Amino acid sequence: MGKTLAEKILSAKSGGEAKAGDIVIAKVDLVFVQDTTGPLAVRQFHSAGFNHPANSVKVAFFLDHAAPSPGYELSNDHMLLRDFAQKTGSLLYDVGEGVCHQIVAESLAKPGDLIVGADSHTVTAGGLGAFASGMGSTDIAITLGLGKTWFRVPESIKVSLSGRSPDGVYAKDLILHLIGQIGADGATYKALEFSGDAINNMSIPERLTVANMAVEAGAKVGLFPADEVTRDYLSIQGRKSHYQPLFPDEDAIYEQTIDISLAELQPTVAKPHAVDNIALARELKGTKVQQVFIGTCTNGRLDDLAVAARILKGKKIQPETRLVIAPASRGVLIAAIEAGYIQTLLEAGAIILPPGCGPCLGLHQGVLGAGETCLSTANRNFRGRMGNPEALIYLGSPATAAATALNGEITDPREVI
Amino acid sequence: MLTGRAFKFGDNMSTDHIIPGRFAHLRSNLVELAKHVMEDIDPTFAAKVKPGDFIVAGTNFGLGSSREHAPLVIKTAGVSAILAKSVARIFFRNAINLGLPVLLCETDSINDGDELKIDLKAGTIWDMTNGNRLRFSQIPEIMLHILDEGGLLPYIQKHGDFKL
Repeated sequence: MGKTLAEKILSAKSGGEAKAGDIVIAKVDLVFVQDTTGPLAVRQFHSAGFNHPANSVKVAFFLDHAAPSPGYELSNDHMLLRDFAQKTGSLLYDVGEGVCHQIVAESLAKPGDLIVGADSHTVTAGGLGAFASGMGSTDIAITLGLGKTWFRVPESIKVSLSGRSPDGVYAKDLILHLIGQIGADGATYKALEFSGDAINNMSIPERLTVANMAVEAGAKVGLFPADEVTRDYLSIQGRKSHYQPLFPDEDAIYEQTIDISLAELQPTVAKPHAVDNIALARELKGTKVQQVFIGTCTNGRLDDLAVAARILKGKKIQPETRLVIAPASRGVLIAAIEAGYIQTLLEAGAIILPPGCGPCLGLHQGVLGAGETCLSTANRNFRGRMGNPEALIYLGSPATAAATALNGEITDPREVI
Repeated sequence: MLTGRAFKFGDNMSTDHIIPGRFAHLRSNLVELAKHVMEDIDPTFAAKVKPGDFIVAGTNFGLGSSREHAPLVIKTAGVSAILAKSVARIFFRNAINLGLPVLLCETDSINDGDELKIDLKAGTIWDMTNGNRLRFSQIPEIMLHILDEGGLLPYIQKHGDFKL
């Protein structure tokens, strides 16, 4: 009987026939933590009696959520993680290198890998055909020690994409549309597997955006096949040898199939305070916005900054609106400088933050005031997410964000491109 | 047998509601962090909750971040079990890994403040206030074993590995 992508990868990693519903123990290729979940993972690792990570697993530490640290407590947490990474010979991506998921995609994830990270958006690497899933600190600590963990093999929902997106419509609009359709728990415990002729035209950055938000529908993993687009992306990153083609079997069994015609999509926005509270950008015209944030593991990549720069070139944002931009990695920032995007964005009135998570989770670098509204390219708009339970957060694409900064109110980007 | 009062919450209580990111600097100071549990939904919760009490919620409890500090502050505050219609994936694993029972059941009939008595072995919840008796559904066997050992750390310390 045919296998889904999820079943294929978990079969290979567990050394058996993994079918949806089975519980398997699977060998992990890459395990990582970030600075707000890492300290607990390190403490749990020691409490469990481990001294050194399993030899079979690659280990990475990322200081990205509080980068640079806004307070001494987090600085102390950074010291703990640097020390542990050094003592164990693990990879350390220090403050300024960028968001863990972006660096995993740029440098570490391979098609067919099993990746676990102490961050829910670990699912991002599914865009490269890796079974990548978020876990808590204790699960991660044990995986660090044993080099393996347990999984319930998920049922898969096939999301079949057809056609081409109209101008002004992006991968972010697609995934917001899907989450609006199935709900914030529409894929809980399941895999979302993307297929259909439209994915041949989807770049890896676009696939990463879509896979990144699979968890906002509750999914364990969001998976794309590994194809020629994946091969070309890995080649450009100097990782040609990391490529292997990976497709689901023709006769794989899916729990359900959802068809989406990209041609019918419009710029889409999630309204406060839930990611599945969806509206069209044009329906929200007139909603005043005090802050726009472009960045994160969802939409802080070079292509995202390019879209924003194109819209804002030679123009000025509304003076009542702050435009805060955090490139997802050092590599993204350097490339954006070389392409002239940063100059364009600065001249338009933007604030450029260091590579990292920025204000996404309400720690620093753009905390909202009471009653303020933010249009963000991030993945969550829960009450209190950006540091203030009395603030309102809307989520949209980088194009919608740039158009909104330009007008000072939520704007359908097709009005300005 | 667990006994305590029900603290009722709605659907889609995210980890940002349970313990927001703005308190990330307190994550290595659990006692201080736990003072902010559920603060953005009910600022009085941390002061009112007593050891043994229950969180009773609707669907998709604990969605969002992987932060284990969410179930950890709930446990630190003294909550002895979470009752919900459904629970998000990462939170579910995290709670069980900490030895905090998550009981999946119909929660509509339970009101805020109800006195509950729960028999984990028998799978039964008695609502002593309204006289209702509820059943909760079974969780996967591996999670049951982890819970029985008091969490993932004691489980691994005892078995040295995962056992199916």
